[in-house]
Amino acid sequence: MTDIIIKNLPILVVICPLMMSLIVVLIPYNFLSWVITLSTTFITFIFSLLLYQEVYLHTSISYALGNWAPPLGIEYVIDKVSIVPIIIISLISFITTIFSSKIMPAEINSSSISKVYSLWLLAIAGLIGLVTTGDAFNLFVFLEISSLASVALVAMGGQKDKQGLVAAYNYLVLGAVGATLYVIGVGLLYGITGTLNLADLSKRIAEINDNKALIAGFGFMIIGIMVKAAVFPLHIWLPRAYAYAPSAVSVLLAATATKASLYILARILFSVFDISDTLIINTLQYVILPLSILAMFAGTIMAIFEKDIKRLLAHSSIAQIGYITLAFAIGTKASVAAGFIHLFNHALIKGALFMAITSMSFYINKRITINNLSGLGREMPITFVCFVICSLSLAGIPLTAGFISKLYIIKASISADGIWIAMLILASSALSVVYLWKMIEALWFHEGPKNLLIKENSLVYIPLLIITFLNIYFGLDASLVVNSSFEASEQLLGARK
Amino acid sequence: MDKNPILRIATKILFAPIILFGLYVQFHGDFGPGGGFQAGVIFASAFILYAIVFGLEKGKELFPLNINLFLLALGGILYGGVGIASMLLGEEFLSYNVLGTSNQAGQHIGILLVEFGVGLTVSNVMIALFYAFADFKRSGETK
Amino acid sequence: MISSSLGVWNYWVVFLLMMIGLFLVIGRKNLLKKIVGLTIFQTSVFLLYITFGKIQGGTAPILNNINDTIYSNPLPHVLILTAIVVGVATTALGLSLVLRINSEYGSIEEDDISAQDLVDYHELIETNKNVSAKFKK
Repeated sequence: MTDIIIKNLPILVVICPLMMSLIVVLIPYNFLSWVITLSTTFITFIFSLLLYQEVYLHTSISYALGNWAPPLGIEYVIDKVSIVPIIIISLISFITTIFSSKIMPAEINSSSISKVYSLWLLAIAGLIGLVTTGDAFNLFVFLEISSLASVALVAMGGQKDKQGLVAAYNYLVLGAVGATLYVIGVGLLYGITGTLNLADLSKRIAEINDNKALIAGFGFMIIGIMVKAAVFPLHIWLPRAYAYAPSAVSVLLAATATKASLYILARILFSVFDISDTLIINTLQYVILPLSILAMFAGTIMAIFEKDIKRLLAHSSIAQIGYITLAFAIGTKASVAAGFIHLFNHALIKGALFMAITSMSFYINKRITINNLSGLGREMPITFVCFVICSLSLAGIPLTAGFISKLYIIKASISADGIWIAMLILASSALSVVYLWKMIEALWFHEGPKNLLIKENSLVYIPLLIITFLNIYFGLDASLVVNSSFEASEQLLGARK
Repeated sequence: MDKNPILRIATKILFAPIILFGLYVQFHGDFGPGGGFQAGVIFASAFILYAIVFGLEKGKELFPLNINLFLLALGGILYGGVGIASMLLGEEFLSYNVLGTSNQAGQHIGILLVEFGVGLTVSNVMIALFYAFADFKRSGETK
Repeated sequence: MISSSLGVWNYWVVFLLMMIGLFLVIGRKNLLKKIVGLTIFQTSVFLLYITFGKIQGGTAPILNNINDTIYSNPLPHVLILTAIVVGVATTALGLSLVLRINSEYGSIEEDDISAQDLVDYHELIETNKNVSAKFKK
């Protein structure tokens, strides 16, 4: 039995949540559906760790679905590049499922909770399938599965606050337009090359030169993925979708959904197309680089002026996504590795920050704005300490994970002759301290509401403590993350040069 | 609408041939145009026609909601079950070759079962969507 | 040049439908019209794929027992079936959201909805200002 599991691991990471989601929808008991969801995410996390061991001890896995060999059949590719987002998504989904056991019943009607867990598992299955697949159209299918499940999850926030419905509608329309643009790009590339397999596409594209349909197809694909990855200025759906979703859902989406699309962007830019091609160099230098710098500053400045705390954190997510695309846009091996490091660390940081804020709003049972944050830090010491550590990580203070990723991005930009990029990164990190200090000052130094007795619930602060501990651990000993990212970038870019 | 004799009699006459046509399209998917999705939609349209003409209550009596939800999940589980069965028999996920005695028989059985699962899920999704939209009251509560 | 432009008239129709769909999504303020525009946009993409699959002199890709038949490429047809199902799911989700928005807000025009949201947002910020924000000594 175990060798069947070991042989089929690449598909089991996707199928396990997918099948369990269909079973959970039939179960009417809330606690039982939570237990099944928890065990499914735990088993998926164990599978992804086994895959990590397999990829690093042996070689990359290419799994042909239905025994039809690629390039005619659909193949699932697990190599050192794709193992990074798989580990992120399965780890975050497991920890968030522990967190959601107390948070979910506070915001959603108890008759809909098992259906929400079914959508939860469907979104996780869609995200893991997105990063595992090696076929361009299968990627579109998983992109839409994860996107539609996320829209339905965000719309569940409409039970408490009706703005969640409008946020979900905007997310749906913009996401569908983006996915359709991606499909147009795939269609154009299929028309020129005749294949849909990503590895085969890269071989055939290298033989074609000077074809306008190739440039058009590339453009459509990149713009479609940038809508899903919330790169500025196509990020309009993100702030309201994360702010008005149910709290546990915003933790899951903020930490995983855009990361998977950013990984796909890196894959298309570097693996399918040739890095030394003038098309890619021009795109990186004239399109993605300016947009990333704009994203960094626009996100931070909008966060400074925002009064609603969840919207503030969503705007700062846009700035951090700007850092990741900036690292990809510099285009050297070191900078792409730095991009992967920040991909991993930002998932941990944003997950923890959203968890801290939602546990505060759970205890006081109101929507958190900058005004009713006063004094809550004194009432909830554990949550407050985790919040401070993770905001230090967001600003890039040494001894935390955020410092490591900013260090590597700055090192890579200096070694690629971009001193001005490094100074802009430092400037926007300094700006981000403004809104972080605003929140910390209100939490601790202001007088709180009188006669408020808060007892912190262990199922709520233990996942928060785990992620904060991971933040500090990966800040002190980052060798695991850094080595994996450098190996990933080597495999992504090294095939060509 | 059920007072009108033409609509009533036409629905009663048409109901069975629509379902028959749906089953025909479903099982002829590997010889001609057809397959799971198209057959599922045709199958669902028979029940939706009945519910439109005779009223939502009688439509729900004919095809209750909990059977609907159960068959919906069953279709997807059937699809995944075929894949898992081929995994347990030693091959990759969704390789139909091992499901029968020869390669061709295995492919035939595999495609038939998978398309049947798709048809079940699609028809129940369409009927469930119709029930959800028709049941929606202004106050924002569905049953 | 005229005959070669007329020979590819399929692509002109694709282009026309795509632009009509995008204009409806971006340029109309009614939520239902946006969904209609999205559907038209997705339909134009289906037409693009099917046009790529047609081979000159090819018939429908259904197996018949005559030797030496030229069939059109069946792969785009399969891709479009999948994309149609995805489009149906998107439309169903969008329409159910419009129904809920209508029952909560009372209208489906974007102007009315954002006006109500702005009022709610300012109410939220103003009422919470009553909590005193003095420094703790």
